Amino acid sequence: MSKYFKIFGVGLQNTLVYRWNFLLRTLFDIVPLFGTVYLWRALYGSRQQTIGGYDFGAMVYYFLLTALVSDLITPTDDEWQIAADIRDGQLNALLVKPVDYLKYRVGLFLGNRVTSSCFAVPIVCTLFAFFHTYISFPERFITWPLSVLSLAMAGLLQFFLAYAVAMVAFWLLEISTVVFIVFSFEYFLSGRLFPLDLLPGWLGETLVWLPFTYELYFPVAVFQEKVVGVKLLQGFLIQAGWLVAAWGLGRWMWVRGLRKFQAVGG
Amino acid sequence: MQRYWQIYVLLLRNSLIREMAFKANFLLWLVTELLWFFGQIVFVEVLFLHTEHIGDWSKWEVVLLIGTHQIISQVFQAVFYVNLANLPELVRTGRMDLMLLLPVDTQFAVSAYRFGLDNLVNALVGVAFVVFSLGKLGVVPNALQIGCYATAVFLGAAIHYAIMFTLATLSFWIVRAQGLIYGYFNFLSIARYPDQVFAGVFKFIFSWLIPVIVVANTPARILARSSAQPLGPMLQLASACVLSLILSRFLWLFALRRYSSASS
Repeated sequence: MSKYFKIFGVGLQNTLVYRWNFLLRTLFDIVPLFGTVYLWRALYGSRQQTIGGYDFGAMVYYFLLTALVSDLITPTDDEWQIAADIRDGQLNALLVKPVDYLKYRVGLFLGNRVTSSCFAVPIVCTLFAFFHTYISFPERFITWPLSVLSLAMAGLLQFFLAYAVAMVAFWLLEISTVVFIVFSFEYFLSGRLFPLDLLPGWLGETLVWLPFTYELYFPVAVFQEKVVGVKLLQGFLIQAGWLVAAWGLGRWMWVRGLRKFQAVGG
Repeated sequence: MQRYWQIYVLLLRNSLIREMAFKANFLLWLVTELLWFFGQIVFVEVLFLHTEHIGDWSKWEVVLLIGTHQIISQVFQAVFYVNLANLPELVRTGRMDLMLLLPVDTQFAVSAYRFGLDNLVNALVGVAFVVFSLGKLGVVPNALQIGCYATAVFLGAAIHYAIMFTLATLSFWIVRAQGLIYGYFNFLSIARYPDQVFAGVFKFIFSWLIPVIVVANTPARILARSSAQPLGPMLQLASACVLSLILSRFLWLFALRRYSSASS
C-alpha cells in the first residue's frame, strides 16, 4: 500500500510543476459561471417567482456548488495521459514494475485532485463570499456526511469513466473524438448547464437512471436537500451501481486491451 | 500577397487529402460537433419552458443567435483552431524552430497549415438553423442586412482568432498551456447569450477588452430586426476586430524574441 502513497505524492508534485496551468484554468472557469448567473438573473427578471422550485438565490447557489464540486473532483488530464501511455508505449516501463496500473492511476488522480483543489478552493471561496447572501447550509446534520459520501463516489465515478474511455486507445490511435463525445454528454446531462430537475417529466425520469446525473448533479442535490427519503436511498444505490459498473468496464477493457497491446516504441 | 494565397491553396489541398485519408475520424468529429450544437438547442428549449423572453429576445431570436455563434465559431475553427491549439506543443517541444526557418511570416505558418473540413460542414448546420429561425420569426432580410451579416461573421471569426492566438501565445511563458486553450472555450461560452443579460464591469470587459459578447450578438440582431441601425454596431465590431488583431500581433512579436528553443 505504501508504494501507492508514494505515487499519490508524485501526483501532488506533477500538478505543482504546471501550477500556472491550473491557476489560469480555475480563473477562466469563473467567466462561464458569471455568464450563467447573468443569464438566470435575466430569466428571473423582476418576478419574485421560483423556477422548478428554485428561487434566484437557490439557483445561483446551485451553480456555485457545481463549480466547487467540479473543481474538487473532475479529472483534468487523466484520460489524455493514460491514452498517451498506451499509444507511445510508455506502458512498458510500468508493466514490468510490481504496481497495478489502475491503482497507480488512482494514486496519481488523487494527488492531482488534492493539489489542484488547493488552487481552486480559495478562488471558489472568494466567489462564495461575493455571493454570500444566497448561501445556506443544510438543515439536517446527516446531510453533511451523506454529501461527502456522494461527492467521493462522484469523483471515483468520473475517474473510472475517464479511465474506461482512455482504454479505447488500445484499439484506436486517436481517442479525442471519443473523449469529446462522452464529454458532451457529461456537459449537458450532468447538471453543469442547468439543474436537472428543471427537465420535464419523462426526460427527468430517464436521467435518474443514467450515470451522468451522478457525476455532478447528485452530490449537489444531496447537499441542497433536494433529494430525501426513498429517492435519496435510490440515488445512492444507482450511484454505487454505476461506480461498480464503470470500474468493471475499465478493468475488462484493460484485460482485453493488454492482449492486443503492441508496445509501440518499447 | 499573391504568394501567400498560392501557398494557402496548396496547404488547403494538402489538408483535404489528409482528411480523406482518415475518413472515420472526419465523420466522428462531425458527429461530436453536431452533438454540441444540438445540446445547446436543447438548453434553449429548457430555458424557454420557464420563460417567454430573455431581455427582449424571443425564443427563435435566441436560436438564431446560437446558430450565428455556431457559424462564426465553426468558420474560425475550420481555418485556425487545430493550428493554434497545437502552438503550445510546438513551443514546448522546440519544433517551433522549423516554423521559424520557413521563408514565410511565422504567424502565418503557425496559424494556417491545417484546415478542418468537418467544421465547415457544421457551419452549414448553423446556416440551416439561422434560415429556419428566420422562417419562424417571419423575417425576410434585405440585401443590406445580409451583406452586413456576412461581413460581421467574417469580422467575428477574426476576433475569435485574435483571442485564441493571444492565449496560445502566452505559452511562450507558461510551458503547458492546455489551460489556456480551455480559456478560449470558457470565454466563448458566454458569446451565445443575448447581450442584454450582461451588465456592469463584466459587460464592459467582454464588449470592449475581450469583445466576445458583440461577436454573435451584432450580426444576429442586424439580421433578425430590420429596424436595427447597422452602422454603429458594425463600427464597434470592426474596431474591436482591428484592435484585437493588432494587439495579438504585438504580443506575438514580443513573445518570439523570448523563444529559446527546447531539447535539441
